[in-house]
Amino acid sequence: MNRKKIKHITKYRLFWPIVCLILVLLFNLIKTPTFFKVSINSNGVLYGYIIDIINRSSELIILAVGMTLCVASSAGTDISVGATMAVAGAVCCSILGSGEAYNAPYFVGILGALLVAVLCGAWNGFLVAKLKIQPMVATLILFTAGRGIAQLITGGNILYIKVDNFKYLGSTLPHVPVPTPIFVAIGVVILTYLLLKKTALNMYIQSVGINSKASRLLGLNSTLIIFLTYMFCGLCAGIAGVIATSRIYSIDANNVGLNLELDAILAVALGGNSLGGGKFSLAGSVIGAITIQALSTSLYAMGVSADQLPVYKAVVVILIVTLQSPEFKKFVNHQKQKRVEKIGEKVA
Amino acid sequence: MKRKVFALLMSVLLIGAMVVGCGSKNSTDSKDTSGDASSDASQSGDLITIGFSQVGAESDWRVANTESMKSALSEENGFKLIFADAQQKQENQTKAVRDFISQEVDIIVIAPVTETGWETVLGEAKDAGIPVIIVDRMIDVSDDTLYSCWVGSDFKQEGVDAANWLVEYMDKQGTGDAEHNIVVLQGTIGSSAEIGRTQGFDETIAAHANYKILEEQTGEFTQAKGQEVMEAFLKKYDNIDVVIAQNDNMAFGAIDALKAAGKTPGKDVTIVSFDAVKAAFESMIAGDMNVSVECNPLHGPRVSELAKKLMAGESVEKIQYVDEGVYPAETAEKELPNRQY
Repeated sequence: MNRKKIKHITKYRLFWPIVCLILVLLFNLIKTPTFFKVSINSNGVLYGYIIDIINRSSELIILAVGMTLCVASSAGTDISVGATMAVAGAVCCSILGSGEAYNAPYFVGILGALLVAVLCGAWNGFLVAKLKIQPMVATLILFTAGRGIAQLITGGNILYIKVDNFKYLGSTLPHVPVPTPIFVAIGVVILTYLLLKKTALNMYIQSVGINSKASRLLGLNSTLIIFLTYMFCGLCAGIAGVIATSRIYSIDANNVGLNLELDAILAVALGGNSLGGGKFSLAGSVIGAITIQALSTSLYAMGVSADQLPVYKAVVVILIVTLQSPEFKKFVNHQKQKRVEKIGEKVA
Repeated sequence: MKRKVFALLMSVLLIGAMVVGCGSKNSTDSKDTSGDASSDASQSGDLITIGFSQVGAESDWRVANTESMKSALSEENGFKLIFADAQQKQENQTKAVRDFISQEVDIIVIAPVTETGWETVLGEAKDAGIPVIIVDRMIDVSDDTLYSCWVGSDFKQEGVDAANWLVEYMDKQGTGDAEHNIVVLQGTIGSSAEIGRTQGFDETIAAHANYKILEEQTGEFTQAKGQEVMEAFLKKYDNIDVVIAQNDNMAFGAIDALKAAGKTPGKDVTIVSFDAVKAAFESMIAGDMNVSVECNPLHGPRVSELAKKLMAGESVEKIQYVDEGVYPAETAEKELPNRQY
């Protein structure tokens, strides 16, 4: 009975991703006993490692949500999201201008940035869905060209936005104790979830991802669905780009979202989603994104130098991915069975 | 199978198209320049063609450096400048230098991304008989005849200046004998600026026992990383009273992190920064930053002077430092209008 229960829990989709996250956090607790301490500082803002992790992982969560849908529908990844972030940030800053007041209303800047990001996504979607180019290759175009485009928009300079309320999106609103990016991330996740659950999109995407030809024969417009997921991924990258830009109230086209596309793909994989498309879990990706950021933040807390970070990250990722791989699970099950058989032999 | 072959074909085509695209762009570039050069040559005698490989545009300092080079090496001054942005990647720089060699420029100027890995490509330049001027960061080669000279800042002296200013400032505040806890936001590990500034500062401050360096960690010269690392510092130590940021952008990030943690940068915590870009002066006037040690990016005039000397066959000093100063907050108001970058 008990064993059955355990088996039931371990079969649960999100079991392994959650275990991984808990392991990372537990390790932190041992290493840094104050890790879970959250206090309110003199600015009236929540303060602590945990807040840092959730705050800093907001962009990654948003990217991972978009990436999950891309992966699910097309069995391929969009590697241009980091560059799209830079383009969105560049558009936002160049519309708003670096004067003492905005050149255009704030929402026009944000809207412009998101629009361009959606365009970037649509371009990727067109290449992948319509021209049937391999996603990795199709998005490689914007991956290489995106930062160049962003540099063109900014004229190769770092543009600063001097108006104070531009910072709100990336830090905190006055009298609100929780950093704004957290709200945005939660909003994106909930809206996406509702969009998927309240419409049939969830099923459409999964069915296209599992077999796009069969889905088309069933009457689903596979091309359109793949196109839409890439457009949505562009939109997510745009939102993440605007947040990242607001954090440093300037656009640094070379560094905004640098290597974040890889973290986003990793988040999807860590969340237990198959990169082969089909079934997916948004919650898994979100947990994956938080795990990655928890890892970075805890390594900072332990004083690991930022340039050595990727090495430690890689080691942990290898461990986590191995734990989740079907072959490894098979191996473990096989060993268990052997042991059971041995015991059986002994008893006999 | 068919699909796989098709996909492979497509990707090869695409990459091919990209390579050809880049290649054709470069060739038109070189055509442009050679065309210009010949037409100019017929008009005004001889322009000195200079190929300049810049790191990128990662900071305001870099942008000012690029501007200075572009304005000093203009056609009015007798130069034809081919500019290549390496976007912080050494591969791009190596490629750019090879392009310059095949375009037969008169002089190659490199602002290197990293110190190492230059032997091969500089050997090619030497074989082609093209003199090389290194600006800003130093390079580490076993054979120093590979480059003609180096123009840049004395980073170690900057570190020493920063430490001396800090000690003097604390003496003036009357806390010269009190315990001071310092955190350092280093630049990209391995860059000359990081090595020099760390060494100069650490050696000088080591002579004062009451100044304690809690931790040194890299912020990779960017505002976002500087902010993130400072956040981690603040959670780890609650007694930080001095922040050394090895460039202004990281200092801005650190100031934001301090403010978010409810501290007052410039008062509770002394901020010492490097580079002294225009935005740093604005920050000092606002009272957030205490001092910025200048790292003069205006290399253009010195490089143009050196290029002319080299073309005339004169010998030049191998190491050429540019003049630099220390700008505490009280001088900011007066100095700001003089700042070009």
